[in-house]
Amino acid sequence: MYNCSDLKKGLKVMIDGEPHVIAQFDFSKPGKGQALYKCKLRNMITGSLFDRTYRSGESFEPAPLEERDMQYLYQDETGYVFMDTKSFEQISLSADTLGDDKYFLVDNMEVKILMFGEVGIGITLPNFVTLRVTQADPWVKGDTAAGNNKPATVETGYTLQVPSFVDEGILIQIDTRTGEYVTRVKE
Amino acid sequence: MSFSCALEQKRSRLQARARIFNEIRAFFTCRDFLEVETPHRIPSNAPELHIDAQPSGEQVLHTSPELCMKRLLAAGYPRLFQICHCWRSAERGARHLPEFTLLEWYRAHSDYHSLMDDCERLLTRLIPDTQLHYQGQTIDLTPPFERLTLAEAFARYAPLSLEQALATDQFEELYSDQVEPDLGRGKPTILYGFPASMAALARCCPINPHQAERFELYIAGLELANAFSELTDAAEQRQRFEAEEALRRAQGKPGYPLPEAFLRDLAHMPPAAGIALGLDRLVMLLTDATTIDQVVAFTPEDL
Repeated sequence: MYNCSDLKKGLKVMIDGEPHVIAQFDFSKPGKGQALYKCKLRNMITGSLFDRTYRSGESFEPAPLEERDMQYLYQDETGYVFMDTKSFEQISLSADTLGDDKYFLVDNMEVKILMFGEVGIGITLPNFVTLRVTQADPWVKGDTAAGNNKPATVETGYTLQVPSFVDEGILIQIDTRTGEYVTRVKE
Repeated sequence: MSFSCALEQKRSRLQARARIFNEIRAFFTCRDFLEVETPHRIPSNAPELHIDAQPSGEQVLHTSPELCMKRLLAAGYPRLFQICHCWRSAERGARHLPEFTLLEWYRAHSDYHSLMDDCERLLTRLIPDTQLHYQGQTIDLTPPFERLTLAEAFARYAPLSLEQALATDQFEELYSDQVEPDLGRGKPTILYGFPASMAALARCCPINPHQAERFELYIAGLELANAFSELTDAAEQRQRFEAEEALRRAQGKPGYPLPEAFLRDLAHMPPAAGIALGLDRLVMLLTDATTIDQVVAFTPEDL
């Protein structure tokens, strides 16, 4: 069990039977009175955000979450299918749960899936992924100025800003944490 | 961000902090206040329900230097100030550090009105052009500061009156969410008229014994200082400490032995007024910082 003085940004607790993460936290003690613990909480299943203020003396159950090593298999009508690399059990995550991370999945990628019971509620990808550019405006000869970026689309449908020399068909590395271009990859 | 880079970003605020501390020392020294140092590690804290001390072996780290400062007043030192670190367990937020820096000053043969005047003079010394710019607000520090009672503040800013808020146990939430953010906007606010129950070491108003002679200074929604006309009745102080101690124990909090040396000396203390001002928060205001982390070199998490 946690008590109020354990509350801080990033802590995962059970509230009304569902796992929540503290997205923002502040402490206040108005007028030298009773301490207040002000939390902005994110429901880890629905993603909804709300404010709640606690007083000292309240206690919290840690959210029973488990991170499991999985491998990305394929996409089907149920969503994105992953396989536990130890138990070989398969689970499916929806596009909503994955958010932009769905654009960075490649076949057989090793990922970590955050599980609440038997439900996958989050994913941690490798920091970098290599994807092929499928659409980009051609390089204009002579355009060598640094900082001249242009939009490009990669094989998964994700669009990002890339340097002007990046042409269709080449491989680029993307930082999955920021979604930004890192470098081109030689084949 | 690398650690040295984070410290480099603090350089201008740490330099401002040092200048502010020097100015404060000059302000009090030229007004005949004696700067003192009292022990940080003490056998007992003043028991207050909502303040928890950090244990240090068999003793505690002081949550305020007030007990020793008042013993000096009792011994005949008429004007005192101290700048020191204080510790309060588990207080951590954008405006709180569990180890923080307090300025306390005391005046014998005075009451809390003289401290209101001191606050006005100190702030205008620190900002001679009297215009403080903080987070897009401009605060006019020209004295007199706004004087507002707690009841008036609730009537003005909260959906319930002070009496209703207290009766329905919503005082802290309404004070924190509805009242505090509006205090000290445009001009500093001296908030007074606190119920006697909210001031364990303050004298009650002679004309209204249900109210304490206590005020808080607010600037831009930030609580900066807490002041009292000091209670000098040792018997009443002992009773209040015992009552706070009973409440602490009832809530399962660690008990504190009564500060007997303080209670013994309090019988000899002249009428006096004392104030504690949070220097980290003052530096936040004067350097336009949004969190207390920005005005100290190291936070507990950095260590």
